[in-house]
Amino acid sequence: MAQYLLSTFEVQGEVPGAPQRPEEMKAFMERVVALEDEMEATGTFVFGGALHGPDASTVLRAGDRDVIMTDGPFVEAKEHIAGFYIINAEDLDAALAWGRKVVDAIRHPIEVRPFRATGRVQA
Amino acid sequence: MSAVERVFREAYGQAVATLIRIFGDIALAEDAVQDAFVVAGERWRRDGIPPNPAGWIVTTARHRAIDDLRRSARGRELHEQLGAVDTASQPSDAGASGEDGPVKDDRLRLIFTCCHPALKREDRVALTLRLLGGLSVEEVARSFLVSGSAMAKRLVRARYKIKAAKIPYRVPGETDLPSRLGSVLSVLYLIYNTGLDDPERASLRGEAIRLARALVELMPDESEAAGLLALMLLSESRLPARTAEGDLVLLRDQDRTKWDRTMIEEGQGIVRACIRRGRPGPYQLQAAIQAVHCDAESFEATDWPQILALYDHLLSVMPTPVVALNRAIAIAEVDGPDRALTPIDAIAKELDTYHLLHAARGTILRRLGRRQDARDAFERAAQLAATEPDRRFLARQIEMLGEDEAHIRSTPR
Repeated sequence: MAQYLLSTFEVQGEVPGAPQRPEEMKAFMERVVALEDEMEATGTFVFGGALHGPDASTVLRAGDRDVIMTDGPFVEAKEHIAGFYIINAEDLDAALAWGRKVVDAIRHPIEVRPFRATGRVQA
Repeated sequence: MSAVERVFREAYGQAVATLIRIFGDIALAEDAVQDAFVVAGERWRRDGIPPNPAGWIVTTARHRAIDDLRRSARGRELHEQLGAVDTASQPSDAGASGEDGPVKDDRLRLIFTCCHPALKREDRVALTLRLLGGLSVEEVARSFLVSGSAMAKRLVRARYKIKAAKIPYRVPGETDLPSRLGSVLSVLYLIYNTGLDDPERASLRGEAIRLARALVELMPDESEAAGLLALMLLSESRLPARTAEGDLVLLRDQDRTKWDRTMIEEGQGIVRACIRRGRPGPYQLQAAIQAVHCDAESFEATDWPQILALYDHLLSVMPTPVVALNRAIAIAEVDGPDRALTPIDAIAKELDTYHLLHAARGTILRRLGRRQDARDAFERAAQLAATEPDRRFLARQIEMLGEDEAHIRSTPR
């Protein structure tokens, strides 16, 4: 069993195609809840979440004496991760099948990326 | 080609595919099969070719791979994972035919892995030629017009993605099959067309036909795979007449006695079988159009209404501007050139950088007597044409227009 990161992006602070009107929001929530129910029931769901925007981020890096803190984000870019799922899947085809369901539910593009390692580092 | 080379071509893809099933690792499989061929080169020269050369290669490569695994650290790591990978992914087949023996589906699994849509298109082509076609890295590099080291890097990257992302080594299930098979077919057709466009890379055509044949053998029920094979065969059959002394010869002017009748018969036989099955698709329809052309004893004797009907059908399942252009050319033959101009102008903007649009437009305008417009169209086509024979052909069309004009000027009104 492998694990994959399914991430979605905001472009310059906006998530393209995000629901605007209340009834759109309601339908969106229903689709996402149904998707996550299915993920949970099949043992697929590991973790997921929606992130605050890059303006809310802080960067820490090792300095000479102390860790230096600056206002984020780490990379000045147009696109930033807006939300993600981490899922269990047998192989890429299985992960892509879940990816399709996520796209159907949230209606914007996602990136599917395999984890090289997960869990605690073994000494 | 020496006997070893011949066996190499035939057995390479099969052996690599089998070793990947057994060991679950592409790089290891490739190294082992290459080693086996080196051993074969020495041994066979001395002792003669064994009765089952492909089986000999698989057995030798398998022993090599096991030796490799025992020796290397990577091997120990792989060895631990192996039992799990092997039994989890291929429970039944290995047992059914003995773990050493090639399983018929090995190559089929491998082609679906190589042509996975999660890989870059050019990587799919490169992997297919390398792993299934048995071309060397240098040969694959030449067919892409890149250096050997650049191609080696590209293949390493593609193999890395297969392994890291766990692209499965498996024939896709019913739901995914149509789109995944579509990717396989388009990779094979791209290989064929690359060989068609560039005489330096002509050997790719034979490679594509060989791979398509293997695919049809492995998936005899897939009509589109058969359609693609027929399309390639029928296109290939007319190639000897397509050029004369390096110049392009239009279908209209081709010496049809130069067409390869054996290939035509095979291609037409496949098309007839496809029609009986009644599950048409883009490749079958394109093959059917070629089959009608190949049936005609002369350009004038061509069943153009039949071709136009096939293009109507093709456009409904594959609504691309290039199909619309070819349909318009058929309209010119059925209903006359004046009826073809509107559909061509409708796609002119989309295909503005495609030289064949302007060449077709020029031909139709000339038939309508609009010489200046025809000249403009041919000149635009010549600017866009990528190959020397195309440019020479278009220059000749422009010259001929000049001759027409001179002829008209000298004729008393």
